[in-house]
Amino acid sequence: MATVSRRRATDDPAWAKVLVIGVVAVFLALVLILPLAAVFAEALRKGLGAALDAINNADALAAVKLTLITAAISVPFNAAFGLCAAWAIAKHEFPGKPLLITLIDLPFSVSPVVAGLIYVLIFGLQGWFGEYLVDNDIKIIFAVPGIVLATIFVTFPFVARELIPLMQEQGTSEEEAAVSMGAGGLYTFWRVTAPNVRWGLMYGVLLCNARAMGEFGAVSVVSGHIRGLTNTMPLHVEILYNEYDFVGAFAVAALLCLLAVVTLVLKTALEIQPGVRGRRGH
Amino acid sequence: MGVTLTVLSLLVLIPLSAVVLKAAHQSPTEFWAVATSQRSLAAYRLSFGAAFVAAVINGIFGVLTAWALVRYDFPGKTIVNALVDLPFALPTAVAGIALATLYAPNGWVGQFLTPLGIKAAYNPIGVTIALIFIGLPFVVRTIEPVLRDAAEDVEEAAASLGANRLDTILRIVLPALAPAWLTGFAMAFARGVGEYGSVIFIAGNMPYKSEIAPLLIIIQLEQFEYARAATIAVVMLAVSFTMLFVINAIQAWARRFD
Repeated sequence: MATVSRRRATDDPAWAKVLVIGVVAVFLALVLILPLAAVFAEALRKGLGAALDAINNADALAAVKLTLITAAISVPFNAAFGLCAAWAIAKHEFPGKPLLITLIDLPFSVSPVVAGLIYVLIFGLQGWFGEYLVDNDIKIIFAVPGIVLATIFVTFPFVARELIPLMQEQGTSEEEAAVSMGAGGLYTFWRVTAPNVRWGLMYGVLLCNARAMGEFGAVSVVSGHIRGLTNTMPLHVEILYNEYDFVGAFAVAALLCLLAVVTLVLKTALEIQPGVRGRRGH
Repeated sequence: MGVTLTVLSLLVLIPLSAVVLKAAHQSPTEFWAVATSQRSLAAYRLSFGAAFVAAVINGIFGVLTAWALVRYDFPGKTIVNALVDLPFALPTAVAGIALATLYAPNGWVGQFLTPLGIKAAYNPIGVTIALIFIGLPFVVRTIEPVLRDAAEDVEEAAASLGANRLDTILRIVLPALAPAWLTGFAMAFARGVGEYGSVIFIAGNMPYKSEIAPLLIIIQLEQFEYARAATIAVVMLAVSFTMLFVINAIQAWARRFD
């Protein structure tokens, strides 16, 4: 033998490697890459000009604006809640802690359609506060507040579940040291706790934002699909698609794809930071 | 602490109770009639069946993907690694219209399936395809960290005692992955049962045939049948809670081996 291959006992034979990587490559190409490619191919079917026209019109731009507004309210809200919840859970001892963690995770296991339905049952015409809202001329369902509420619900756990294990791991010793040297509670939080979790926080915010901008089911139930008023980008995609305006639908979809790609790039960059857990289903 | 509980109650717990209260407005007979109507049963069968098949397929290819990512080096690994999370980052409606276009009879993939007599889009097969897309990262991302942490010395020990590679994988590696695999499977299944956006475009949405349970809720809502919508929602919530309980139980069981 000219070359002696030094294969460790835990290495797989070369043919197995090639086979596994080949199967995975074909599977991922079919399941992940092909849909992504299809969106851009369909968007550009009638040329770049047609695709840009589909984005650069009043209804599409209104949808982009509403999506940005929704994310701008729901993401900071959930980030603040996530910090609060993680702080309460990780740095304090109290009974029922596992139950609280499970309850915070709950929105992930609820169908988005049910998430929308619950707000219709409360704020809709027939709902708990229906009459009161009509009498006072407040619109929540089929209006922006409902869209924001439904989005907050479906993105509720993202930041909290990223920060809870991180804060638990870090323990309370640094905070205790700060307090023992005379720092106040809030000062300790901003100067000791928050900097320690900033990468994890950004990671949670990133995922939260992607879902907030892309949510479809929950928002679809509460939106009423009023063009130019209560249409988010994903809902606008649906309307155009159902009207057989495929270039328009896929052009707006391509914008959302770009958002997804940017999210994945940032996510990959964040994952090499210390303290970022990631790598976990949600 | 107080803030956490207040926000959680106001935004999640009280609204969820609204569904149960609304459904409880009906008599038990009415509730049962809606919850178990032929159309509802067909919808559960499709939602649960397609989610199960998709989770099984993801269970197989998810392990292979996690294995390749953890154990092998290959060009483009960083990109593949990032791409696995695409279903988390891509809005479901976008995935929905893309898959519907791909698997339609004249689509890139559909055109090869039609001569074989396979009708993928607008059929339960289409629902399953969408749920495979949605569920993949759950399986890969729950198995990956366990595989990464798995001690290779156990495998070395098995090899040094004369086990061949296949034996080692089947009898040492895979059993150790079982709890993570089950967790990923349950998460993908749970997500698939409730999934809406990626499914409705490719499903065809024919009553009794390709109509998923979440769509049935929407249809009842559009007819202002709030109690009926709430009834189906309660059934789905019960399933969600059960899945959540099962996932927690699997994880508690897995921790016993740590």
